[in-house]
Amino acid sequence: MNIEMTLTLFGNEIFIPSTIINSWIIVILLSIFAIVVNRKLKKVNAAEKPSGLINVIEMSVEGVQSLVKSTMGDKNLGFVPYIGTLAIYLAVANLFGLLGFKPPTSDYNVPLALALITFFMTQYYGIKSKGLGGYTKSFFEPIPFLAPLNVIGELANPVSLSFRLFGNILSGVIIMGLLYGALGWIAPIVTPALHVYFDLFAGLIQTFIFIMLTMVFVSMAME
Amino acid sequence: MDPQTAITGRELILAASAIGAGLAMIAGIGPGIGQGYAAGKAAEAVGRQPEAQGDVIRTMILGQAVAETTGIYGLVIAIILLFVQPLLG
Repeated sequence: MNIEMTLTLFGNEIFIPSTIINSWIIVILLSIFAIVVNRKLKKVNAAEKPSGLINVIEMSVEGVQSLVKSTMGDKNLGFVPYIGTLAIYLAVANLFGLLGFKPPTSDYNVPLALALITFFMTQYYGIKSKGLGGYTKSFFEPIPFLAPLNVIGELANPVSLSFRLFGNILSGVIIMGLLYGALGWIAPIVTPALHVYFDLFAGLIQTFIFIMLTMVFVSMAME
Repeated sequence: MDPQTAITGRELILAASAIGAGLAMIAGIGPGIGQGYAAGKAAEAVGRQPEAQGDVIRTMILGQAVAETTGIYGLVIAIILLFVQPLLG
């Protein structure tokens, strides 16, 4: 399914590709889901056993909490909401290809924006926990001669982080497109197994890797 | 030469871009070897210490993701050569 539109703003025509519109659809769906869960949570009795949807939600929240605790330590539990949001958004965005939409992460805008958030978070928490002096000093270690390499290494992080997600999802989209074009009417027999690998497996693994690397970068900058 | 079969500059650049994209994907060899080596070592670690399976798998996947980076760079260059065609100008 391809929905595209052209906006006219102050006389300039702005082309909005289908990936951005799919991204809006995901944001709206997740917002509705959040409101529904919030309504249900307010009615729930804390003394009773959780059931149904609330049980699933509690399990996933506890999963993210234990992941953050084991990677970043006990005192960094404040990152749980951000990591959880990232995980839900990326998982839904990567799995959106299964419904016949173009996944938003196959457009370089989306992974780059998410990787830049991680990059600026890394720098901010590095300065906050080490102080400006300690942060600057960390670039001149182990010897001052290596400072340019350290700066390049720091700038390469968001590039590699975004290209990894983008390349994995886009390669899946391209290979599936080629297969659907080449196989014609026998495609529905052959492609489900490949959908499981390229959309389900690669999508969930890349979600996990993105949030793990975000946590590792931030906690490395804070040490 | 017969003008019907003469190769134009545009066609030459397109053909060279396709060959270049194929050559760029040779970069896939490196991550393949690296990820396989990491998976083998992880299998050894699980065999030696089965109770640490969760931690071993998590560390392995993280290391494999980092090892994959160079292959992804090659893939991105191949995709750019094929679909964006920067050399046509």
